[in-house]
Amino acid sequence: MCATCGCDTDGNVTMHEPGHHHDHNDHHSHDHQKKVVAVEKDVLNENNLLAERNRGYFEAKNILALNLVSSPGSGKTSLLERTLKDMKGELEFAVIEGDQQTTNDADRIHATGTKVVQINTGKGCHLDAHMVLHAVQGMKPKNDSVLFIENVGNLVCPAMFDLGEKERVVIISVTEGDDKPLKYPDMFYSSTLCIINKTDLLPYVPFDIEKVKANAKKVNHKLEIIELSCTNGEGLQIWYDWLKSKVLAPETV
Amino acid sequence: MHELSIVMSIIDIAQQQAKSADAETIDEIEIDIGCLSTVQMEAFDFAWEQAVKETILDNAIKKINRIKGKARCLDCDASFPLENIYDACPKCGQHLIDIVEGKELRVKSLIVS
Ligand SMILES: Nc1nc2c(ncn2[C@@H]2O[C@H](COP(=O)(O)OP(=O)(O)O)[C@@H](O)[C@H]2O)c(=O)[nH]1
Ligand SMILES: [Mg+2]
Ligand SMILES: [Zn+2]
Repeated sequence: MCATCGCDTDGNVTMHEPGHHHDHNDHHSHDHQKKVVAVEKDVLNENNLLAERNRGYFEAKNILALNLVSSPGSGKTSLLERTLKDMKGELEFAVIEGDQQTTNDADRIHATGTKVVQINTGKGCHLDAHMVLHAVQGMKPKNDSVLFIENVGNLVCPAMFDLGEKERVVIISVTEGDDKPLKYPDMFYSSTLCIINKTDLLPYVPFDIEKVKANAKKVNHKLEIIELSCTNGEGLQIWYDWLKSKVLAPETV
Repeated sequence: MHELSIVMSIIDIAQQQAKSADAETIDEIEIDIGCLSTVQMEAFDFAWEQAVKETILDNAIKKINRIKGKARCLDCDASFPLENIYDACPKCGQHLIDIVEGKELRVKSLIVS
């Protein structure tokens, strides 16, 4: 039981031990009246409520929370490292790093001098709103800052879990297949921005960038797309401008 | 395997509901799972088998309603069945569509005693 938010778990999935014996016979012998209970409840209701709670917190403090999702190795951490260095002094940042086991990514972020909290999910293949709630409570991001949340590298599972973010940013790199949006439509459907990274490698790989853009738009016609390279820096300015426009945009009056 | 988290959430919901209905057992649970939701049924069934052991859902009959995808074209207003999120409007060929049904993931009802 988590005292702060009242949910039963601590963000860890717990499994029941099999082989713990229990006799059903006695309980079931008396004749209870059968009745139908209309539930009509979203399975992810609990997560969604906590996500809304996070969202309210972010809005109140004017924090721009971004959920970064991708396959492992597409360049989430690299993009953050570049961004944190290049925009130092322009915007205030904080980072939550999700990873199953290691603190490597958090160490990379820490090296840029940015406030960072690591969440290790163990076997968990995604972050959820509860984990983010606790991470945020621990780190206390500043008002008017940008909070990057690097999700666990996985294009399937994180799609269903709202963290309370303002925007979801899906990253793919040109070393991946150009049919990726069709193979993992849910992630592209639920994202607002798609970053195509590693454009410096385009001359060396059979990646049709127009095709991947068309595929991404088939899944989500509202998706914005930015092409860039964390290595040679091309396109990064467009991403920085996008960030600044989101920070400055006064959503509510 | 987010299916395990999903099953755990279903168990939580079932437990809460059974408690407030003052029920001892759940005989049946009915769940809507849209065909366009990010749930892989094989993984779901596997997770279910493992996770419901010794919970209130251990012996419950699991009834799953698969809800087919349905969309509306924002361009020409046609309504049509949607098999994949990336399918085009069959009438005008555009992808400016709005998914109306098929993303459901909810516990619909319980039969308790
Ligand atoms: N050539 C090239 N390599 C990149 C680029 N961005 C990241 N990488 C490399 O891709 C690998 C994975 O990057 P990382 O940021 O750790 O990916 P993450 O798993 O999504 O966080 C690293 O070896 C990076 O150096 C890029 O723009 N161009
Ligand atoms: Mg990383
Ligand atoms: Zn149409």
